[in-house]
This record gives sequence, C-alpha cells and structure tokens, in this order.
Amino acid sequence: MFTPNALGYLAETPSQTAGPYVHIGLIPKQAGFDIFANNLGESPIGATTPGERIRIEGRIFDGTGSPVRDALVESWQADAAGLHHATPTPDGFRGWARTGTDFESGLWSIETVKPGRVPGRHGHKRMAPHISLWIVARGINIGLSTRLYFADEEAANAEDPVLRIIEQPARRQTLIARREAAGRYVLDIHLQGENETVFFDI
Amino acid sequence: MTALREFVPREFVPRDRDQHPPAVTPIYKTSVLRGPHRPLISLQNSLSEVTGPVFGHGDIGPLDNDLILNYAKTGQPIGERIIMHGRVLDGSGRPVPGVLVEFWQANAGGRYRHRNDTYVAPVDPNFGGCGRTITDAEGRYAFRTVKPGPYPYRNRGNDWRPAHIHFSVFGTGFAQRLITQNYFEGDPLIGRDSILGTIPDPAARERLVAKLDLEAAVPLDTLAYRWDIVLRGSRSTLFENRLEGN
Ligand SMILES: [Fe+3]
Repeated sequence: MFTPNALGYLAETPSQTAGPYVHIGLIPKQAGFDIFANNLGESPIGATTPGERIRIEGRIFDGTGSPVRDALVESWQADAAGLHHATPTPDGFRGWARTGTDFESGLWSIETVKPGRVPGRHGHKRMAPHISLWIVARGINIGLSTRLYFADEEAANAEDPVLRIIEQPARRQTLIARREAAGRYVLDIHLQGENETVFFDI
Repeated sequence: MTALREFVPREFVPRDRDQHPPAVTPIYKTSVLRGPHRPLISLQNSLSEVTGPVFGHGDIGPLDNDLILNYAKTGQPIGERIIMHGRVLDGSGRPVPGVLVEFWQANAGGRYRHRNDTYVAPVDPNFGGCGRTITDAEGRYAFRTVKPGPYPYRNRGNDWRPAHIHFSVFGTGFAQRLITQNYFEGDPLIGRDSILGTIPDPAARERLVAKLDLEAAVPLDTLAYRWDIVLRGSRSTLFENRLEGN
C-alpha cells in the first residue's frame, strides 16, 4: 500500500477537496440535521475565559469577486496571555473553532478573545497577536493556511516576523483585519485577483 | 486541571507538494476560480503551527464511529455493510496516536443528508452519513458504515464520482491538518474521476484507494476495507521554543 522511499520515509497522503458537503461531516447542523451530542469547534472560548471578547468575521471571494458560500473556516489561536493550549483550560479556553460561511450571505464569524503575543522562532521578535485560519471548500484542492492580524496593533504588526517575510508591504495588508467597532474585526479573504490574500506554506 | 496531554512541539518537515494537487486544475472546473494563483509564502514553523487542538474520548460519543447505528431511527440503513479501518502514520512511519479522524459520505444510493444535495436518489431515513473517532496508541482508526454509492455532479457533462468517503484528520500540530477522500479498490469510475484526476502523480492517486481486507471482515456480517493515512513528518528534535516563551 505504501512505497517507502530509499531512506524509509513514507509519502504523504494527498489532499482532496472537502467538496460541497463538508458541512455534513464537520458542522452537520449547518447541513440541516443534528446527529452528535457534542458539536466540536462551536466556540474557542468558555464563559469565564479571561481576555477581551471580540468577534471576527468576513467573507471569502472567488476569482469573479463573488462570495464563496460553502466554505469551512477553522481557527487556531493563543489565549489572551499568548499561550497555546492542547486541551481546554479550566476556564473553557479551547483556542480552536470551526464555522461555515453562510449559504446565502457568504459571511463567517467567530466569537473569541483577542490573543496575546506569541514567541517567535528562536532569535526572532515576538509575533503580533494573530489567529491562524485554515480554509477548505469545494474547488479548493488543498486547505489554505493564512493568518488574521489586527489593524489596531500597528506597533506589534510592524515587528511581526511573519508579516515581515512578505516582501511587498501592500500584500501584508491582506492579512490585517480592519476594526469596524469596539471588539469587532472584519477580514475579507480573496482567493484570487489583485488583492489575493497571502496564503502560507506552513 | 492541566492538559490531558502535554504538547510535544516538533517542527514539521515541509509539506511535499508534489504529492498533492496544485491549486488550479482545469479538469476540476470549480478550482479555476477558487484556487490561489500566487505562490504560497513558505513559513518556518512557529508555535502557531506546531501546536494544535488535541481531542479526547470525552469529546465524542460511543456511537460516533458506527454509521450503521448513529442515525438509525426505524431500522438500519440500506447498503453493503463495511468496516473501514487503517492507521494514521507520519512521514517517518511513526503511528500518530490520539488524533481525531472525522468522516462523511453519501448513502448507498449516492445521496448526502445535506440541504444542498438535490440528486434524485433518496435520502435514507436511517443514515446520517457522518462519524468520528480517535486513533489508538498504535495510530489505528476504525468505523462501521455502509458503502457509499457513486453520484453525478456538475463538472464535465457526464461526470460521476466514484464511491468515496471524505476524511478529515488532525495531527499533533495545526500545520498537519488534512482533508482528503478515499476510494474503493476495483471501482471502474476511479480512472475517470475529475477530482482524483487533480493529483498529477499516479502513484499518489493510488494511495487514496482502500483495499479489500477479508481478514478484517466479520464473516456473514460485514465486509472490510483497509486504508492508511500518512501525515507530513516531523523532525525528531523538539521545537526550539518552550511554550512559556523565552
Ligand atoms: Fe463526496
């Protein structure tokens, strides 16, 4: 079944599109039915999780500028102190969530806490507050990895070691969510076109 | 209470993109407007990539890996009863224990229980078509279901998906996240599928095909197929940053 290469390593299982019905497996309520007692990823935080409550939202646009209305978005982030947690903390912080874009409006949203700054790689400055996003959908052959940064973190963003490896400063802007109101940030993701979002090979 | 399992942050070896489909593959038309055109920016792993959510048995229910029973209302679903099983390994051949594997599929007639699926084949009142499990200490997963049917979709004029099951797999870090599909040995639609056809390397396509496994079948009851999943590898050295920061 596997053909290890000469050094004994196994080749990765190839990715395939999540397809139009990804909701049935990962967020079945949106597919129109209820099956699991525990729906995973409904919230990245608990009622008593410390930190500034924020709502992040946005739409995902295809190459014609139309919103993608059947995508799944997963988010992964540190807590307000900048720490990642594998399993939920006693105050219910999970750090991970998943949601679908709305079948009509194409809007997705996640209510969470604003993450703190996370250590950069050895020898690098701390990273600015950010949330990792992973996007799959019909027509996306392999999940797309990007990051959401915050417009009101200018000083931290300016020294963020990841934003800084993006050669063209204008492209860095594709990752920075605008602040629409207190605690409300909007990031639109463009799969193609002039404002194509920066996607990472992580 | 502390985490059930501590992170063992390991840096991943870069994804081998040659094993995967490119972003834009005209044979699968939807990708033409949804696949990014610009090159991905390569990122050396930080804590945000080497960490990821870990799930436990408390997160899932006892019937979640039994699609024959987990949505049964008036009886059992129609279809060929099968066990799908295998191991989750990483690129070094190490088992990946304790990771969440989720799966979803059409019913035996090729119809999904999804509000957007309009195929004429009927919904099965006793089949939800989704489930999940957590790999054991040897990286093994297993679930019971009915074999999904092929179904048509709008791409080329007469495109039919071979029977397939969609899989979502978590690794130890968010950068290992994978969604894919597997197929069934001997299906004549495999060689004609536009979505499998997005993968350029024939050997890579072949690795998505589950093999009949009579040894794992339950005689007079349930047939079995085996399919292993390989996530990208990690280096054996630990990640250089401590989680508390530096
Ligand atoms: Fe499918």
